[in-house]
Amino acid sequence: MKMKIKPGYLFIVPAVIMLALFYLYPFMKVLQMGFYDWDGISPKTIFVGLSQFQDIIFSNPVWWQSMWHAAYITILALIFQNGLALLLAMLVDRGIKYGNAYRVIFFLPPILSGIVVGLIWNWIFNGNYGLFNHWLSDIGLGHLSRSWLSDPKTALTCVAVIHMWKGFGWGFIILLAGLQNIPRTLYEAARIDGASGWDVFRRITVPLMMPVFVLVMVLTILGTMQIYDIIVSTTNGGPGYHTEVPVTRIVARMLFSSQFGYACAMSLVFGAVLVVLSVSQMKLSQYLKRV
Amino acid sequence: MYINIRNILASLLIILSIAGCSGKPAQNIPSKEIIVWHWLSDRSDAFDALARKYKVQTGINVRFELYAPTMVYMSKVRAAAQTNTLPDIYGVHMERKDFASLIDGGLVADLTPYMDADNSAWKKSFFQAGLIMNTFQEGNQYDVKPGIYGVPIDINNIQLIYNLDLLKKAGWDTSRLPSTWQEFISLGDMLKKAGIQGMASGWGEPWMILCFADNMAWNIMGKEKVLATIRGEVPYTDPDWIKVFSLFRQMKDHGLVSDGIVTMVNKEAEQDFANERAAIAFNGSWCINVYESMNPDLKLAVAMPPKADPKNPMYIWCGTTSFVVNGRSQMKEEAIKFLQWLTDCNQQTELAVATNNIPSGKMCTDVLKGPIRQFTEGMEYAVHPRLLPVEEYPLVTEAFQKGVQSIIIGEETPEEVAKAVQEMKERETKKAERFKRIKR
Repeated sequence: MKMKIKPGYLFIVPAVIMLALFYLYPFMKVLQMGFYDWDGISPKTIFVGLSQFQDIIFSNPVWWQSMWHAAYITILALIFQNGLALLLAMLVDRGIKYGNAYRVIFFLPPILSGIVVGLIWNWIFNGNYGLFNHWLSDIGLGHLSRSWLSDPKTALTCVAVIHMWKGFGWGFIILLAGLQNIPRTLYEAARIDGASGWDVFRRITVPLMMPVFVLVMVLTILGTMQIYDIIVSTTNGGPGYHTEVPVTRIVARMLFSSQFGYACAMSLVFGAVLVVLSVSQMKLSQYLKRV
Repeated sequence: MYINIRNILASLLIILSIAGCSGKPAQNIPSKEIIVWHWLSDRSDAFDALARKYKVQTGINVRFELYAPTMVYMSKVRAAAQTNTLPDIYGVHMERKDFASLIDGGLVADLTPYMDADNSAWKKSFFQAGLIMNTFQEGNQYDVKPGIYGVPIDINNIQLIYNLDLLKKAGWDTSRLPSTWQEFISLGDMLKKAGIQGMASGWGEPWMILCFADNMAWNIMGKEKVLATIRGEVPYTDPDWIKVFSLFRQMKDHGLVSDGIVTMVNKEAEQDFANERAAIAFNGSWCINVYESMNPDLKLAVAMPPKADPKNPMYIWCGTTSFVVNGRSQMKEEAIKFLQWLTDCNQQTELAVATNNIPSGKMCTDVLKGPIRQFTEGMEYAVHPRLLPVEEYPLVTEAFQKGVQSIIIGEETPEEVAKAVQEMKERETKKAERFKRIKR
């Protein structure tokens, strides 16, 4: 029994097995469980068709509220986190003094655990003995003091600030790598031709950095929409539902309500939203490149 | 390139055979070993010491495996239940519904015959509340065969803990603690005036708020009306429930809750109380260990929550740390014998002394002193939702908890929250009925 096998296919067999075992199979299982009512323990599963999806999409306002919260944090991160990352990357790219030290310092927050970061900021934003209120008092703004993470007006924005503080280092490193790939000769030529700093940024840096911007934006969207650890260690989704995000809702259904099937359906809906967002982002960047 | 499939298969067979034979030699595997999973990091050393003692007495090796924190433990048990890899004995830290599912899957042994043996000697040794939490009664809503399925190792209850120094500082006469709601409010006013934060508790977690609310609800309207609400016969918009919700607003207005309580996890609340940043704590009996380790100079007193209706009794929540025996374990009989030994008064006393927790054996509490003793006295008034024949929908309890948080932060009124909780109740009831129809 002899069979002709192209050797190239043999080389990819281990990767295909790993992919099937740890990616495709769990995904298919989640897809399947979305159609079943299952508590995660019992051997009994009951087919409920599309009713869980129907409930999530049409009758679960908290779910869509949590989606909006994640979107709000994402919008802030896209603007401020990436803006700060770009600014700092450009400063370091200019060869400022102690540039290497800044690289290390700016990359420290991303390597810390989200839970640790959350606990540190919990202490900073604490209403009774927090550093932030202390600083406000020092500069004469003591009347603004509050429990920042327990106030519904400020809780979500504070969580976004913590997330951005933790995340800007990633953008910084990627953007800096992108900036350093731009040939210096282009800048020198533009200067000789009399281009201003703004012109150089607009006509050279931005077009050449476009693929890097797209990458950073996609990573920011995907990373921020899936925010979880910082929420758990700061507000636990509260006060009320004010800082609930999709992942906290999924975990709550899975672990605290024992609705595994429903949580799987939520994950699928959430996954679909992320795919739509990513594809839209890609399309938009392709369009911008053409323009 | 031609490849001989037979050769590949033969090679694979050889490799697998070699791999299969390369495990530990059989003589290295202990002949008898009971494996116990738990999440109780504070009791780990005491358990290990007892395991060593058991080995000396019986020759049987017992290995306690700690998986903490709780969430990690819960996930591990779930995963092991799905893959049938649960150990001989494991701690149950889950909802009643999940406990029922484990029993349904044959993963929990029915201990009733062992409890009933020798004129129910084993059964009679426990605090009733601890045992009932491991019992499924006749006609339970999960259709589980009636019986006792778990063994309480220690028990706890949740009460108010006062920092006597801070109360004195606020001008409160510490010879008696508030026993009525009015006195509680007066204490809050005094603390507020003295600039001392009121109560620290893990009200950012789902269950702590529910616990306090349940205490007050039982006091205001009694058990039957609470049960009728869960059964859907009384709405959450009933005036008695509005009264329960209003208590939280009063607590906020009179300085009885510390700033940030609505997002506080219990660990943080424990730190605040231990470091004297809050005068009152609402916490379980396990907290005494925590406070003593953080601040040994703390002067504490424990008391039941104050009565909102002085005519009715006050009840408190109790809990238990329970172990179950895996129904599919090959060491089932040995595991049960070990649990009988572990809950004997000698071992219970050792455990109580080493861990400062309330033993599950009601005759073994003499060794307890100080605040933990005060907690023990509260066991007479202990109840737990698990003792009730019906259980509220998880999303209704979530809406309840989130609603109370909204009342405390002044975002919603008690009436608005009551309406929202009732709407969730109706939604979940309809959904459950729809699911029932689909299941049929």
